[in-house]
Amino acid sequence: MTLRTYIISRILLTIPMIFILLTTVFLVMRVLPGDPVMLHFEKMENPEAMALMRTRLGLDKPLLFQYFDYVIGLFRGDLGLSMQDYSPVAQQIFSAFPATLELAICSMIIAVLIGIFLGVESSKAYNRPKDQLIRVFGIVTYAIPVFFLGMILQMIFGVGLHWLPVGGRIYPAMEPTGLSIPLSLPPGGFITHFLLSSLAGLFLLGVYFAVAKVKHKKLSRKDYIISLALFVTGWLLWAGIGWYCISNGGIRVATGLFTIDSLLEGNLYKFGLTLKYLFLPSLTLGLVLCGIFIRITRSNMLETLRLDFVTAAKARGLKESTVTYGYALRNAFLPVLTMMGLQFAMLLAGAVLTETTFSWPGLGRYLIDRINFRDYTAIQGTVVVFGILVSIVSLAIDLLYAYLDPRIRL
Amino acid sequence: MKKLKIKKSMLSHLLPGLTSLTKRGLAGWLVIFGAILVIAVIVMTALSPWIAPHDPSALTVGPRLSPPSTQFPFGTDDLGRDMLSRVISGGGVMLQVAILSVIVCLIIGVPLGLFSSHTGGVIDRFISLIMDSVYAFPGFILAIAFTVVLGRGVINMALSIAVVYVPSYFRIIRSQVLSIKEMSYIEAANAAGARKRTVLLRYILPNVVPSIAVVATVNFADAILTAAGLTFIGMGVPVNIPDWGWDLTNGRNLLPSGAWWVITFPGLMIILLALGFTLMGEGLSELLSPKLEE
Repeated sequence: MTLRTYIISRILLTIPMIFILLTTVFLVMRVLPGDPVMLHFEKMENPEAMALMRTRLGLDKPLLFQYFDYVIGLFRGDLGLSMQDYSPVAQQIFSAFPATLELAICSMIIAVLIGIFLGVESSKAYNRPKDQLIRVFGIVTYAIPVFFLGMILQMIFGVGLHWLPVGGRIYPAMEPTGLSIPLSLPPGGFITHFLLSSLAGLFLLGVYFAVAKVKHKKLSRKDYIISLALFVTGWLLWAGIGWYCISNGGIRVATGLFTIDSLLEGNLYKFGLTLKYLFLPSLTLGLVLCGIFIRITRSNMLETLRLDFVTAAKARGLKESTVTYGYALRNAFLPVLTMMGLQFAMLLAGAVLTETTFSWPGLGRYLIDRINFRDYTAIQGTVVVFGILVSIVSLAIDLLYAYLDPRIRL
Repeated sequence: MKKLKIKKSMLSHLLPGLTSLTKRGLAGWLVIFGAILVIAVIVMTALSPWIAPHDPSALTVGPRLSPPSTQFPFGTDDLGRDMLSRVISGGGVMLQVAILSVIVCLIIGVPLGLFSSHTGGVIDRFISLIMDSVYAFPGFILAIAFTVVLGRGVINMALSIAVVYVPSYFRIIRSQVLSIKEMSYIEAANAAGARKRTVLLRYILPNVVPSIAVVATVNFADAILTAAGLTFIGMGVPVNIPDWGWDLTNGRNLLPSGAWWVITFPGLMIILLALGFTLMGEGLSELLSPKLEE
């Protein structure tokens, strides 16, 4: 099997899985007991309001139509309207997503770092007390409820020592704005702007000419055509993007990830503050997830450390840390990568509880909030987004794995 | 008559493993230690009406939020309830949920796995695809979705957790059956003209049982954590039943007052119970796959 056929078959396999997922969530939410509107109102004392909500949400149509509405809406990025305030669910999820992403990335980094370090140490001390201790630690992490660990850390570092904030992401006044450079039309207005665009085009053209000259010595007609095309592209790009930025009042880049935004803003104080708020939740989630990485690193290192090339490297007198971290770990890393993909689902599940514990305004907290309001469209939307995220990440990791390890394609 | 025989063959398979546990190094001790933890918690919960010093739900047994003292070794919560009594009797709901969910999983997952892998063909592929989709989904979130729809209560929680876990049983059974099916003794049985059902239930199933046991222990541990998590986000059982998960939820609101004892002891109990099952699972799976033993 070539890499291309593997990629295609893997992607083709993802599509039915996502469809099954969508259908399952839809069926669970609509078919089980009665309909969501009835559940939302709990006591059925207001039939007019219920009928109104059904019409506004399209829940008065036959089930099959609702299903098509739902699937087609999903492809357009439309997850329906919230039952709470009729605002688009997709938008709310979109604005809560960066917080979860930031938490997820940081916890994954912490989990992998702790896991690899302890796993390597454990494998070096095979069957000695240090090894047993690390293994037991790894097993204990499986048994700790993530929210309990979070509360204990809050209790120690937040309430007791006052070192770190107990919860929240950052107070609203300090939210980093991201990169923002005010721009306006240059002196001379449009004429200067378009002249500058021509300069950008000329720059591309010049670069191409220089490269072509060095490569072929003589310029052919094809080169002239390409350079002309490059000039037009450069002109259009500069004029278009510049015009877009100017009409928006300047360049604004905000990722929603506060660590990156504060750096883009160039505000180190906000960056430090962001890290301070981020540290405890990520540590909590990272610690709970690190057990599996300890195990996978340990078992793979044990296998790798026996191989001949490790003995050879040791015999050549390389430092032990170079041998373990530079030589052996590199070979034991692929399974860790796969595990990262597999753990992503666990990570999201853990994020729901961690976010609730630390009042972290991400997707998980949004889900729990909406559960309390009995907002079934929002719940359905969030669950679907979680599922799609997991399928996409596992697809990406599988493809990356296939690219890195040619054996998988055979 | 036939049923009896199956039971006997399963027992004879398991018993030597149980008797020689102590001779199997760390893995054997993990199983024993885990089993002791689990049994201790179960016995404590079962005997709670007699050994708890106070009624776990009785209000103002002592002063509000009093830290651990000789009279109240684990302190009291914001309503003056004795934390020691609540810790002793708070495991009931979780144990019920865990046991029920494992039973449901066994009833659905095992026959489905056997049927699917033994039938093969389109049916097998279809069931596998569905199981894989569910398996890939974040379990806790799926459990939340199910509890939201089904409503609160022990049975509903158990069902939600079972839905998440059936694919694990299905997958392990399917992969085991597929590899066992190729073995020569199965071929011999088929050649000797044994009935399909006999082959499946008497020759294949007993060899799958140990793997099922491993999955079941992991399922137990996870069910306990999931039940605690569901209770924590407010989807658990009604408030008046003493429950560790609920004590943690309650304790979260008391965090600013520094009442560490309200969360610490119930949390530790959850860890102990889950740890017991996890240790058992770890030990069992290591005993069954002695890969790195030399």
